[in-house]
Amino acid sequence: MKKNHEIWYERGFLLLCGFSVLLPLAILFYFVAQVVMDGFGRLSLQFLLGFPSRFAEQAGVLPGLVGSFYLLLITGLIALPIGVGAAVYLEEYGKRSRLATLIEVNISNLAGVPSVIYGLLGLAVFVRALGMGRSILAGGCTLAFLVLPIVVISTREALRTVPQGFREASAALGATKWQTIRGVVLPEAMPGILTGAILALSRALGETAPLVVVGALTYVTFLPNSLNSPFTALPLQIYNWVSRPQAAFAANAAAGIVVLLILMLAMNMIAVILRGRMQNRR
Amino acid sequence: MKSINTALKLTGVVGLVVSLGACVKKKTEEAVIPAVPQVTVTLDGSSTVFPISEAIAEEFKKANQDNVTIGVSGTGGGFKKFCSKEVAMVGASRAITAEEAQACSTNGVNFIELPVAFDGIAIVVNPKNTFAESVTVAELKMLWAPEAQGKVTKWSQVRAGWPDKEIHLFGPGVDSGTYDYFTKAIVGTEHSSRGDFTSSEDDNVLVQGVTADEFSLGFFGLSYFEANKEKLKLVKLDDGVAENGEGPIAPNATTIGDATYQPLSRPIFIYVSSSALTENEAVARFSSFYAQNAGRVAAHVGYVALPTDLAAIVTQRLTDRKIGSLFSAEAAKGTVRSVLEASKLPAAPAAEGAAVPTDAAAPAPTAAPAPAAVPAAPAPAPHGQHPAK
Repeated sequence: MKKNHEIWYERGFLLLCGFSVLLPLAILFYFVAQVVMDGFGRLSLQFLLGFPSRFAEQAGVLPGLVGSFYLLLITGLIALPIGVGAAVYLEEYGKRSRLATLIEVNISNLAGVPSVIYGLLGLAVFVRALGMGRSILAGGCTLAFLVLPIVVISTREALRTVPQGFREASAALGATKWQTIRGVVLPEAMPGILTGAILALSRALGETAPLVVVGALTYVTFLPNSLNSPFTALPLQIYNWVSRPQAAFAANAAAGIVVLLILMLAMNMIAVILRGRMQNRR
Repeated sequence: MKSINTALKLTGVVGLVVSLGACVKKKTEEAVIPAVPQVTVTLDGSSTVFPISEAIAEEFKKANQDNVTIGVSGTGGGFKKFCSKEVAMVGASRAITAEEAQACSTNGVNFIELPVAFDGIAIVVNPKNTFAESVTVAELKMLWAPEAQGKVTKWSQVRAGWPDKEIHLFGPGVDSGTYDYFTKAIVGTEHSSRGDFTSSEDDNVLVQGVTADEFSLGFFGLSYFEANKEKLKLVKLDDGVAENGEGPIAPNATTIGDATYQPLSRPIFIYVSSSALTENEAVARFSSFYAQNAGRVAAHVGYVALPTDLAAIVTQRLTDRKIGSLFSAEAAKGTVRSVLEASKLPAAPAAEGAAVPTDAAAPAPTAAPAPAAVPAAPAPAPHGQHPAK
């Protein structure tokens, strides 16, 4: 009799779990389907290669697309080496000290700081103090700072998954610490590091608020041609279209969202492929 | 082993410092570049003015090589950048304030003020609402004043005869120029209204709100009504002043253009820095293109073009580089027409230097309808002039 109860409990729990999986998936699917339906008609080469226009049908996302691409490039080039380096230091070299704990707590907290705050930091440090002006470089540096804690945390998690025995075995073979890290720990942790990096860059791709604070524009008639260029980004263009009264611009916004989603999917795909390659090589 | 360990730590730290320095290093390389400035027109400011600016920039680009950049940081944010010489032009959904003019003059920024179009603020209700056809300014004031909070909660309190149902209010966010203008025109004091209304920075959200609620009333830019005509019902507005059209008036291109839809039609502006005009030919080209073509694109983006004679005055003001604001101390000082025409009449030489009253605290009653108000040649008072509060 009691056993029967247990079975029902288990079934109920299973049902609940299944429901918890399905509900967010269904909501996500609904939103994506809605956006794709709204925006699909607008997706074309002309939309990808066009400049913003007052005629919704002629408007395109090229400056935003190119701006976002360059921003990602700058963000990645700055945040990944620093972030991975910091994580390697904290995880492999750093000793358990009060300072280390303090740094750790701070990094976790930084990951939760609202992005606008990073925008203000970028405005004060990069735009003003370092004299970069409202340039794409300042925007990229700001986003790099924004995602730095994410890179550090995810890299540390990845490093922790490497069994301690690997390090000891490497040391036993006479490898120095540097050789161990370069030859054993980093390759072993690379899939995890990559996942974290892609997550971080995806977050940077979707950010609007810090860019607005740093001085991203909404309309530019040219593409960024140097690190010093004024710039715009895809999310800003989408935001602008969403707030327009005419329904045709809403379709443009939906199409812009689809482009943004495809970009993110592509980035995630690259991460998955790279990860697969690395795991096979071993 | 220990020494190696320390050495590694050191290299790690050095590596970090180097990559950190990359940010800084790039900057010093960049610092050389601004010495050869790109010929670029920089514009910032209100999101209300953005659609017109975008349209103008689009047309301008077809015939010119100059690069144009437009940012959207709001009227206030735009003036901040403008007065610190970060941008050459600013789009504003209201006239410059005394504080902003002060900031500009402190930094030595002289500006030329160009009204480029009219925008109407529409009062809307749900289409199921059959009783509210029109509303008076007095009723709106009673409804939106700060004192009304928690007290005026039913339609029947606004006008006897309207149903005894709760009224739900929708309005733009308190940081928007539309809210500023509405409160000034209706309540009487800028930025002062009841707080218990649903507000959103996105006017499309307000449209949704009014559409979904049978006993709602909201206000927002006319273009948002035009784009959602079938989902909303427009309420006519009666300002109780006979000279500018008797009885309730609905906002449309005609009533906004001839200033009979009062007091909720407003001019929107472009401010140009006069030093940028002289130093940067692209700014000169773009701003005159703007003044001449704003009327052509206004209707397409949901605004009302200035009548041609007024547009001509505005263009002339730009050509003459008339510095200062005509509209800044405007409470209910007169229509755009009367102010602009008055500015044209006595071409007093002193007008050039005169800017807006810079002391915010100084009560500026009937003084200076135009900067041309010099003792020797008193400017004709525009009709419908009330003392500014």
